[in-house]
Amino acid sequence: MAEPCAVIGIGQTKHRESRRDLSIPGLVRDAAIRALQDADMTWKDIDSIVIGTAPDMFEGVMMPELWLSDALGAAGKPILRVHTAGSVGGSTAVVAAHLVQGGVHEKVLTLAFEKQSESNAMWALSPAIPFQPQLVAGAGGYFAPLIRSYIRRADAHPDTGCVVAVKDRQHGLLNPNAHLHLDQTLEQVKASPMLWDPIRYSETCPSSDGAVAMVLVSAKHAGRVSNPAWVKGTSVRTERTFFAGRDQVNPAAGKLCAKDVYDEAGISNPLQEIDCAEVYVPFSWFEPMWLENLGFAEEGEGWKMTMEGKTKLGGEMPWNMSGGVMCTNPIGASGMLRFAEAARQVRGTAERHQVDGAKVAVGHAYGGGSQFFAMWVVGSER
Amino acid sequence: MSEILSAPYVLEYTYTRSTGPVVGRFLESLRYEVLEGVKTADGRVLCPPLEYDEEGEPTTDEFVPMRPSGTVKSWSWVPEPRRGHPFERPFAWALVQIDGADNAMVHAVDAGEAKRMHTGMRVRLRWADEKHGTIRDIACFEPIAPYLPSPVHLEYDVNPGKHYSAYLRGLQEGKLIGGRDPEAGKVYVPPRGADPMTGNPTNEYVEVADVGVLTTFAIIRIPFEGQKLKPPYCFGAIVLDGADSPIYHLVSGVPYDEIRMGMRVKAKWKPKEQWDTSLENILYFEPTGEPDAPFDSYKEHL
Repeated sequence: MAEPCAVIGIGQTKHRESRRDLSIPGLVRDAAIRALQDADMTWKDIDSIVIGTAPDMFEGVMMPELWLSDALGAAGKPILRVHTAGSVGGSTAVVAAHLVQGGVHEKVLTLAFEKQSESNAMWALSPAIPFQPQLVAGAGGYFAPLIRSYIRRADAHPDTGCVVAVKDRQHGLLNPNAHLHLDQTLEQVKASPMLWDPIRYSETCPSSDGAVAMVLVSAKHAGRVSNPAWVKGTSVRTERTFFAGRDQVNPAAGKLCAKDVYDEAGISNPLQEIDCAEVYVPFSWFEPMWLENLGFAEEGEGWKMTMEGKTKLGGEMPWNMSGGVMCTNPIGASGMLRFAEAARQVRGTAERHQVDGAKVAVGHAYGGGSQFFAMWVVGSER
Repeated sequence: MSEILSAPYVLEYTYTRSTGPVVGRFLESLRYEVLEGVKTADGRVLCPPLEYDEEGEPTTDEFVPMRPSGTVKSWSWVPEPRRGHPFERPFAWALVQIDGADNAMVHAVDAGEAKRMHTGMRVRLRWADEKHGTIRDIACFEPIAPYLPSPVHLEYDVNPGKHYSAYLRGLQEGKLIGGRDPEAGKVYVPPRGADPMTGNPTNEYVEVADVGVLTTFAIIRIPFEGQKLKPPYCFGAIVLDGADSPIYHLVSGVPYDEIRMGMRVKAKWKPKEQWDTSLENILYFEPTGEPDAPFDSYKEHL
């Protein structure tokens, strides 16, 4: 049997378009210190550090974990880097949880970061490699055809993506750490320019600087706080970018990841047994797509949940109460922010974007060409 | 015509100014790109130095070297500089407190645009090219950006591997080559070496058609750094007849609002004499004019 693992400390920076006031070491330290303070701990209490970052080209720093070890109080301690593209924040938290659950360490600091203002992710994602034409234009260029496929397959209402954007931005207004604070109307979102048709400007996430950290501990140390979030299940799944017959809209790896994490957490009906979810939605159309992929809606029905307002705060199944990736996107950290915000919900510390009485919450991240998936289920009860 | 007469008149004269022992030393030091402050009797540091402090006390003869940087305490933007101003372009007059000084210096800040100015901003001193022992030996102050360029340059030899090379050699001859999994029968274009689903080698090369179905697509309207094509352009996933995996390429030769999922498209090749080992031998795919493929026939490729 695995050791029980609890989240007892959560910290994040204020996320902005540019945190020029902080170096990368300063950025990660800001989040780490907030998490340690939340856990009522100091650096000395930490056994090991697990850090996640997006591809090296995003910041132009190779093996940043070595460079950042001083800022993270890691001298003489194990430090491990996890690297799974956009899902990295999620899989990093999963690795940290496994160190505790496997009895390797009792008190693990895990964190993830991105400083997009120092680089250019569009450039990094769109290299002009020899022997092939440069066609893809950033992540939006890659995902736009998949979204077109979803709309056709589900015969979805064309406003769904705009409705998600308005909803997540309204949620973001309640989150002081969010990068975007936009009070947008549906008409404004619909009138924003098409960047990667069918994706509009206002249906995309921003580029952000930010970091997030968590302290994960074994049951012995969970009593340091009155409201630990217990890790009820974790899962990571991967599939190839290209294979014949690949369902890119509703990827098998995502479905398997969800089934695995629900099985471990003892959940048979996610819609009934989960109170809220923080899900990686970098383009607003991914909300209905992931509602289906993660088993919250039947295939082809996800967009109806969105259009009926069920995913709003106060709705039947609130998604991305913090404003989600649509309001804050420090890429490497975006997945861990989802995991951390899920934990905040079951700890009852989500302040103005708290779901009343949330006991069970899901955190989710995905990356690459919809091919890397990471999830956890956290609960207020051990 | 006005009742009152007027005529231009210029009053101009160069005075000879005695600078005194304190300010004189300060200005003389500027010639050598040395910035100095003077200590007051009660131990404060003034830069620019004064002969007499605001209490009316003489300052001392103790000079201290100053770091040529400081903080903007107050500022006023000059959108339309006048004759005699240090710049012809817009700039700010500012009170700059030199690091370590207890007073502040009035000088120009060359910030380019007003939105870069703010109270509390850090500035560094820029020396004038020619020195004359005047306050104008300090050309101005300029914003200190808390970041610096960090160039990265990597060089690679790209070796596309055996199977991709076979694909590229095919393109050089105007052929589209796929690799077949002998067991599952799936044809991958380009050949991948192995079928990712079965692990079987796809060593059997087959030629597929340069005609196929546009399964899905995006229209790119966003410019970005390093982009070779000028937006807008359409790229899509095309499953060629005889293939089981899509290739991605441009779709053109048709207005964007007429591009549809399921449209039958054909490769538009460059002139043969320009063919190389590149998919760029195909300029784009264009509609064949055939009826669209039914949705069910390509939905497994979405």
